[in-house]
Amino acid sequence: MSLLIKGASLLGETTADVLVADGKVQEVGSVTAKADRTVDADGLVLLPGLVDLHTHLREPGREDAETVLTGSRAAAVGGYTAVLAMANTSPVTDTGEAAERVYDLGRQAGLVDVQPVGAVTKALAGEELAELGLMARSRARVRVFSDDGRCVADARVMRRALEYVKAFGGVVSQHSQDPSLAGPTACCHEGELSGRLGLPGWPGVAEEVIVARDVMLARHTGSRVHVAHVSTAGSVEVIRWAKAQGIDVTAEVTPHHLLLTTDLLSGYDPTFKVNPPLRPAEDVEALRAALADGTIDAVATDHAPHARHDKEHAFVDAAFGMLGLETALSVVSTVMVERGLLDWAGVARTMSERPARIAGLDHGDRPHGRPIAVGEPANLTLVDPQAKVVVDRADSVSLSRNNPWHDRKLTGRVLATILRGEPTVLEGALAR
Amino acid sequence: MTRHLLSIDDLDVTQIEEIFTTAAQMHDVQRREVKKLPALRGRTVINLFFEDSTRTRSSFEIAGKWLSADVINLSAKGSSASKGESLRDTVLTVTAMGIDGLVVRHSASGAAEQISRWIDVPVINAGDGTHEHPTQALLDSYTLTRRLGSLDGKHVVMVGDLTHSRVFRSNVKCLAKLGAQVTVVAPPTLMPAGVSDWSKEAGFATSYDLDRVLPEADAVMMLRVQRERMSGGFFPTAREYTVRYGLTRDRLGLLQPGVPILHPGPMNRGLEISADAADAVDSVVLDQVSAGVAVRMSVLYHLLAGEPALNEGGQA
Repeated sequence: MSLLIKGASLLGETTADVLVADGKVQEVGSVTAKADRTVDADGLVLLPGLVDLHTHLREPGREDAETVLTGSRAAAVGGYTAVLAMANTSPVTDTGEAAERVYDLGRQAGLVDVQPVGAVTKALAGEELAELGLMARSRARVRVFSDDGRCVADARVMRRALEYVKAFGGVVSQHSQDPSLAGPTACCHEGELSGRLGLPGWPGVAEEVIVARDVMLARHTGSRVHVAHVSTAGSVEVIRWAKAQGIDVTAEVTPHHLLLTTDLLSGYDPTFKVNPPLRPAEDVEALRAALADGTIDAVATDHAPHARHDKEHAFVDAAFGMLGLETALSVVSTVMVERGLLDWAGVARTMSERPARIAGLDHGDRPHGRPIAVGEPANLTLVDPQAKVVVDRADSVSLSRNNPWHDRKLTGRVLATILRGEPTVLEGALAR
Repeated sequence: MTRHLLSIDDLDVTQIEEIFTTAAQMHDVQRREVKKLPALRGRTVINLFFEDSTRTRSSFEIAGKWLSADVINLSAKGSSASKGESLRDTVLTVTAMGIDGLVVRHSASGAAEQISRWIDVPVINAGDGTHEHPTQALLDSYTLTRRLGSLDGKHVVMVGDLTHSRVFRSNVKCLAKLGAQVTVVAPPTLMPAGVSDWSKEAGFATSYDLDRVLPEADAVMMLRVQRERMSGGFFPTAREYTVRYGLTRDRLGLLQPGVPILHPGPMNRGLEISADAADAVDSVVLDQVSAGVAVRMSVLYHLLAGEPALNEGGQA
């Protein structure tokens, strides 16, 4: 099937027609050829397909909250053509076989490329290395390793993991949080509000000391470390310093940490319970600035679906996490583009090109995050930058409804997603 | 009056004074031979306790019974999460039995507020985690008012494990509404996160030095310190805590004569409070317990009795 996208603004810069056929971009410019299908893209922005470094698809283990198929749907609706699926499933993705299983489920769903993340340690226990090399050489070709949900707290284990993954160009994505700096029931940002509410919290420094330790370990080992979901101004300062030293560190921020603040917890609504926690406005400001200036490389959703009953507990007992795949682009558009902090080329950089490169998905037989140019794979996302959206959690294609954006007005909306030339989303809805 | 009592924030000064006025009437009933009032006849109150409690539960039970309510105690120990049932399901189940009021104690902060959003009967917070314990604060202020008269401008000193104390969080709000000046004293490790900003905004003072503030106190309120806190590294030893922050026999000498000593109980004698202080003539610890019943009768009455007058069918 051939597809002609007429008059789109490529990365918000130049207007051109894009002809797609056989999975690739065939022509860019003024296209006169006829296509099987034509999309009028006047006033719309065309981006390379989005790549998410951080999702939880819950399969295997919690198929009542999300499956690889339903998570893939949510990803496609959100404009994604590739997602990395975190390892904290049940069983944990800590072997080559487990990684291949998730990978195969992704291929069967066929809506986005699902790239499994491997655990750093067996069963995420933080003690012994998982079979990193076997995951790397499996059919799933795992390159990103993370115990996400837990921090690799032991410095010795982190050092060995960083050293070991050098053999196959891997990267360790760290959930930076020193567990000894908070009690086992920590559930929010430690600060004035947690003091008033009587909720046990994590101070920002629990994240910052691990970020600081890890960049020094990355320097020592000559390896590559990725800081997952950066949430504090202090972490940003450390990362900025480390990059200036030439240390191989990259970082991501979530849409929710770019907009939502800790004061949303004042009514004890577990919808806003997330790990790392929502922080004060000063941190949010610092994260936006860091994303704009490149200190933070990527936006990653940390899409974390939960069954309704797992959120209907007392706040400290409720599950951590919030949905993110379907709304990420709209949030970034509202927070960063509308305020002039990022242009659309910056969105392409932080939501597609850089995350693809960090995950090693920018090359190989199914590359992502590539320029919109002749001969490149046609992974594309078409955005209406002016669309006003009021989020309704009932509209989600995810199986879960823990949506912190419910009732919020956002600007910018994904209208079409194209995976290797095949539309997965058209007119804002699933095309298949 | 407020629909729920989840936090002292739910009440304004007028309402607090109204609760005290009714409590004083109830207090008189306690001294009568026949203590029953018919005010809540035919109403059913469930004491839903997710956390162990003897005194608060009994206090609410007696208060309800003296108002002729049918009071049922339900213990739901352990988090509902560990039993596989959501908190919402537990509460909806209990409420579906057809009740008129729910008194809730939970080890998790905010639980009472969450529960109040799920059901349509009045919810009274009998202590939620380390957040609030509004009836305790009301009974403390009521006790102080009976002893000192108006609390306007009176200096109340609160000492102990502030981080983990719901009594502190409710009291600091209640005392401020009644015009009292409050100083809270604790080692830095037991001061709540962000207390410096909070205290500035809420108008209370903080200190690490008990000896300096005791001479200026009009009342002193000792808070329970759990021995387990030592394992969390909050302070080195019980002995050191007592020396620095306990109301010891020596420290009694720093108090002005007649200054009332309060403790919400249960007391750790020898840790935060010495026997000399607990049993001093100015100790009002047992007055607090009896005031507790009166104040809870008043709260139950105001939240659950609806329109019929207090005097209906009996004299109060």
